[in-house]
Amino acid sequence: MARFLVHRLWQSLLVLGLMSFVVYSLIGLMPGDPVDLMITADPKITSEDAARLRQLYGLDKPIVERYGNWLMAAVSGDFGYSRLFAKPVMEALKPALANTVLLLGLSFALALAIALPAGIIAATRPYSKLDYAVNALAFAGISVPSFWLGLMLIVVFAVLLGVLPAGGTGELGKGGVWDSLKFLVLPVATLTIASVGGHARYMRAAMIETLRQDYIRTARAIGAGETRVVLHHALRNALIPVVTIIALDFGNLFSGALITETIFSWPGMGRLIYDSVMGNDFNLALVALLLATLLTLIGNFLADVAYVWLDPRISFREVER
Amino acid sequence: MRSRFRVALCALALAGALWSPSASAAKDELVIGITQFPSTFHPNIDSMLAKTYILAFTRRPITTYDKDWQLVCMLCVRLPTIDNGLAVPETTPDGKKGIAVTYTLRGDATWGDGTPVSTQDVLFTWEIGRHPRAGVGNMELYRSLYKIDVKDAKTFTMHFDKLTFEYNAINDFRLIPAHLDRKNFADPVAYKTRTVFDTDTVNKGLFNGPYRITEVVTGSHVVLEPNPTWWGRKPHFKRIVVRIVQNTAALEANLLSGNIDMIAGELGLTVDQAFAFEKRHGDKFNIVYKSGLIYEHIDLNLSNPILNDVRVRRALIHGIDRGSISDKLFAGRQPVAHSNVNPLDWVYADDLPRYAFDPKTAATLLDDAGWTEKRQGFRHNKKGERLTLELMTTAGNRTRELVEQVLQSHWKAIGIDVRIRNEAPRVFFGQTVTQRKFTGLAMFAWISAPESVPRTTLHSAHIPTEANNYAGQNYTGFKNAEVDQLIESIEVELDRAKRRKLWHRLQEIYVTELPVIPLYFRAEPYIMPKWLTGLEPTGHQDPSPLWVENWGVKP
Repeated sequence: MARFLVHRLWQSLLVLGLMSFVVYSLIGLMPGDPVDLMITADPKITSEDAARLRQLYGLDKPIVERYGNWLMAAVSGDFGYSRLFAKPVMEALKPALANTVLLLGLSFALALAIALPAGIIAATRPYSKLDYAVNALAFAGISVPSFWLGLMLIVVFAVLLGVLPAGGTGELGKGGVWDSLKFLVLPVATLTIASVGGHARYMRAAMIETLRQDYIRTARAIGAGETRVVLHHALRNALIPVVTIIALDFGNLFSGALITETIFSWPGMGRLIYDSVMGNDFNLALVALLLATLLTLIGNFLADVAYVWLDPRISFREVER
Repeated sequence: MRSRFRVALCALALAGALWSPSASAAKDELVIGITQFPSTFHPNIDSMLAKTYILAFTRRPITTYDKDWQLVCMLCVRLPTIDNGLAVPETTPDGKKGIAVTYTLRGDATWGDGTPVSTQDVLFTWEIGRHPRAGVGNMELYRSLYKIDVKDAKTFTMHFDKLTFEYNAINDFRLIPAHLDRKNFADPVAYKTRTVFDTDTVNKGLFNGPYRITEVVTGSHVVLEPNPTWWGRKPHFKRIVVRIVQNTAALEANLLSGNIDMIAGELGLTVDQAFAFEKRHGDKFNIVYKSGLIYEHIDLNLSNPILNDVRVRRALIHGIDRGSISDKLFAGRQPVAHSNVNPLDWVYADDLPRYAFDPKTAATLLDDAGWTEKRQGFRHNKKGERLTLELMTTAGNRTRELVEQVLQSHWKAIGIDVRIRNEAPRVFFGQTVTQRKFTGLAMFAWISAPESVPRTTLHSAHIPTEANNYAGQNYTGFKNAEVDQLIESIEVELDRAKRRKLWHRLQEIYVTELPVIPLYFRAEPYIMPKWLTGLEPTGHQDPSPLWVENWGVKP
């Protein structure tokens, strides 16, 4: 276990280092720089101003030198200043991260809470009406574009019925927890509907495959009840491929949901990453993307630990391979 | 039956618990939707309309243009002019023609913490503005302002090293409270990261207008409440919330659901979106379309040999029916532009030749230009080269993409093969336009001010090149010695009648040489509740909240 942890740590640091260089270079290669955007917004900026501003923001240096300066500062804990939000990068990130964890965490938990039981039930009654219904709803959820779904939910619940707000995060301090929760209902519903279909389908497929195994027939033969067969014998094995999918989705938890956040004016990581890339805010874009990478790596690590827990036949050494 | 009744009762109770009536039902709160959040709240660092809009509720400039596009005093007592003796032409120490302009700040002007607005703030603002590393983007004003003499706590004289007709317009000189930010300027390089405007945005002392900012949630909303030290007319609303909704469809939905009361014209829907909204819900709102100084046009890259021929440029404009575009796409609410000067501007020349939609004349011009052969519907020259041009604009802008398709079909009808290639705004304005990498036509808009001299867009010294760090907005590459001379003369001509003549000649050359195809002046649609009174759109960059104390509710 210790060896596994050490290996994983080194691998993660290496991946983060490489990602930081790749992302920094890609942003640097994008056409235009922050000063070009300033000139577009203020035509009175002269060529002297442009040269002065490039020097002020270090944009006149080669990109490798700029990356090196950033890395040296980052290693000592200084992640720089966000030009777009006029505050230190971590200060700009924290509220967006908190908003995203809240929004996507809730929708993720809700999606799993619905999808896993739905997939299990559908698998235990294959080709029944219930199974067809679950599949139909799952395909509908997968197929419907999230921006359209979000707008439709707004039209129905905010505009026509007037029971829920159309967007925003509420006004903190006004109306308490319930007032703030109201603002979460529609965006969480949008994200949950969009993701529950896929998870249900994976769960169903994995469960059907597992229920076909000989040991399940044996369990039934020795008199185990159907509930015990499904939950005690089949589920753990069926969860292994599903855990892989969930682990991949874990990283998405922290990179946000750009379209949903835009439709519902939810200031989360998706919008932050998009705005920082489009606004050429190097520091913020880089740190936000690295954070998403780190959390994806953590998700994969947790998935590997889960494999070992789910299936005692799997050891950490096998997971490493 | 009883159980159904109970279920219905519970549902009603739940709906009642969930539903909360809009606070503006009390009509002492106003919620405004806009599409952008400011990157900084510092008035002089980074130019951004969202910041200008929000700060307009809370701060007053020394001078500004009003809704009639006249220069007026806001923080000053009297507008200094040469006629009233408060502005005196002089010779600078290095022999240039300059001017000394004296302002007196209002005696009752105070910051929100009770500190009087004074000449200390003027000196401090000047100090920040002329420091090369403080982060101020446009230093042109500060380079020209070489000295300030202080007479007392309220009166000061600014000495400029050039004498232009705008000598008394210091709209961009936005005061910074010295008593709050001076300590942060101890290290000028770090100032932009330490300024109170961003580290303590709700500090009362930052504001001298009718409102002050009391809450900021980045990316979400800004809350404004009345400033108790405001000296002017008491504002009606006890609370104004500016909500940011980036997606315009969601913005409309927020308006219909009552989450917001109005959509600001400065940062809201496009005209075609507003027009479509008006068709569906126009009876519920007061919708005002204000023609403004946003000049939608097509820059022509004159380095392209095809476009370098004025006959081709004239053929292009004759070949498109701009009136029909304005009528069909914008219901006539965005008037056709005939030059870069808005008809509402006093220097507009209305007697110049106009280019009517005339495909026959367009065809004749193209024949004269040598594009005589037609193959597969498109014109070719004697060398067999096809008359092909590339048209670019910002991808994702539905209005522009619609207009492009109409233009493409009009030009196809006269034998011009126009290929559309759009780019994301980030790329389009990042390098394609700013470094003149577009090969043919680039469609976008300029935002200007009343009587804005087009130096950066037409003067030959402002063609962006690598040598000048790609500064300058003369993206067409237009070079005309007379235009250069006219621009320089207009800037320094104080006599209005003479200046008008110079403007007339400038517009005459503009419409004759046609470095740009004028399309229309964008209108800003203001979608307001019927109970809101007093909001008067300005049509230029000094936004409507500068007069928020006049906004009220119908009795």
